[in-house]
Amino acid sequence: MTVRPLAAVLAAGLLASLPAAAVPLSYDLPEPTAQLRPAPGHEAGLAAAEANCQSCHSVDYIAMQPPGKGADFWISEVTKMRKVYHAPMSEADGKAIADYLVAAY
Amino acid sequence: MTEIDRRTLLRHAGAGLIAASGAALAPFAARAGEAVTLPFGNGERPLVAYPGKRPLLQMTARPPQLETPFAVFDEGVITPNDAFFVRYHLADIPTVIDPEAFRLTVSGHIDGPLNLTLADLKAMPANEIVAVNQCSGNSRGFVEPRVAGGQLANGAMGNARWTGVPIKAVLDRAGVKAGAVQVVFEGLDGPVVAETPDFAKALGIDHARDGEVMLAWAMNGQDLPWLNGYPLRLVVPGFYGTYWVKHLNAITVTDKPYEGFWMKSAYRIPDNSCACVEPGQAPKATVPINRFTIRSFLTNLADGAAIPAGRTALRGIAFDGGSGIRAVAISSDDGRSWSEASLGPDLGRYSFRPWTLSVDLPAGTHALRVRATGNDGATQPMEPRWNPPGYMRNVVETVRVRAA
Repeated sequence: MTVRPLAAVLAAGLLASLPAAAVPLSYDLPEPTAQLRPAPGHEAGLAAAEANCQSCHSVDYIAMQPPGKGADFWISEVTKMRKVYHAPMSEADGKAIADYLVAAY
Repeated sequence: MTEIDRRTLLRHAGAGLIAASGAALAPFAARAGEAVTLPFGNGERPLVAYPGKRPLLQMTARPPQLETPFAVFDEGVITPNDAFFVRYHLADIPTVIDPEAFRLTVSGHIDGPLNLTLADLKAMPANEIVAVNQCSGNSRGFVEPRVAGGQLANGAMGNARWTGVPIKAVLDRAGVKAGAVQVVFEGLDGPVVAETPDFAKALGIDHARDGEVMLAWAMNGQDLPWLNGYPLRLVVPGFYGTYWVKHLNAITVTDKPYEGFWMKSAYRIPDNSCACVEPGQAPKATVPINRFTIRSFLTNLADGAAIPAGRTALRGIAFDGGSGIRAVAISSDDGRSWSEASLGPDLGRYSFRPWTLSVDLPAGTHALRVRATGNDGATQPMEPRWNPPGYMRNVVETVRVRAA
C-alpha cells in the first residue's frame, strides 16, 4: 500500500506534540479533472451547475450517465440532489441546472 | 468504428497495453493507455493510477469510484489488492488515519459500550475467508433500458482472502441484550453537506452473529488498501458490497429496525422471486438488497476477439451468494447446445470458482455463452432481468469471437 507517514508533510513542531507512538498515515487523493460540457443558450444553467454540483461530487457523475435520457431523467436527478441529499441550492437554480443538463447531456 | 473494434480496444486498454491498435482505431487509439471506452453510451473512462492502485477505470474522481479492468480476472482467482475496485458514496472520505489512535466503538443494546483498538481486535482469535465482494450495480452500464447510477461494466467485483475477527466474537464480548434485532455499521467517511444522509448499513442480529460476518483488517495478507476501507471494514460473505462498510469505526446494536436512508430508501430491490419488473415499471413493494445472484464469466477471450480456428482453451470464473458452484456449462453455438466445464480449485463457497473447457471452434464467428448452476439449484437467465436501480444483473454472458 502506498501510504506515507504524515510526518513527511507535517512540520516537526506539530509532530512533536503527538504521542511518540502515534504515526498517522495519510492518503493523497488525485484531484478531479472532469469539466462540464457547454450548451449554447444554457450559460446560466452551466454556471449554476458549476457553482452547485461540484460542492459534493465531481462532474464525471453527470458525464457518465446514459446519453439523451431527456427531461424526466434529469429533473428527477436534480430533484433527488435537492430533496434527498439536501444539496443547498434554490429551486430556481435546480430548474436552470436541469434544463442545462437536458440540453448538454 | 464497429462495436467489435471498440470492444477489442477495451480488451487492449484493459490489459494495460499501450500498443498501437491499428489505423482504423486511431480516434480511440490516441487515448489507449490513458482511457478505455466501455461498450455503452458515455462509456469513456480515464485509466488512473491512485496511490496503492494500478491504473484502473476511473468512473468518478470525487468521491473515487474505480473499476477493475476485466482482463485482471484472467490473471488468477484472487483479485490483487492494487486492482480491486473502489466504491464510495459520499465525498468526505478520510485522508489521515492514525492506526494507534483508531477506535472501534460498540454501543447500543448491549451490556456496556466497548472502545476497541486495532491491537485489541488483532489479539482476538482471527478468522480467514475467501469471499467475493461485488457492487450492487456491477454491470449497470449494460442494463437496457438504461438507468441512472454508476455506469459500470463487469469490473466492480473482486475476490480476496480476508483476515479479521467474526462480528460474533465482538458482540459476545459486548454482551448483546435480549430483544436485539439489528446491528448498524458506520465508517469514517461522511457527507460534504451535514444534511446529506450519512452512510450506514444494518444487518439482522442473527446474520451479524453467524460467525462468518467479519471485521477485516487484512486483504490477501496485507493491510487493507486505503481505498478499500483501511484500517477496518465489514466483510459480509455472499452479500452485495453495499453492506461491506469501509473504514468501519462504529457498531450499534438496536432493539428495533434501523430506518436510515441507505437501508429504508436506497439499495432496495423488487420484493419478488426475480427481483425484477417489466422495464420501465415501478415495483409494488421492495426489500433491502441482500445476496448475490449467481454469475459466471469467460475471462480469457474478450468480446470481438479474433482467434485461430481449431481447438480453443476457454477459462473463466463463477460465483454465487454462498451455496457454492455446482456446475458451469459452455455453449459455443449461442445457447443451442451446452458442454460442462471442469471446475478448478475450491477456495470456499463464497469465492470465485475457476473453470476450464476446451472447445473446437471452426473458421467463422461464434457466440460463446457461459452459465453457472449453484449448489442451491439456482442458475442464470438467458435474457436479462430489469429493475429500476439496475441491480443484480446476472444474465448468461455472451462473448462473440471470430475464428480464422
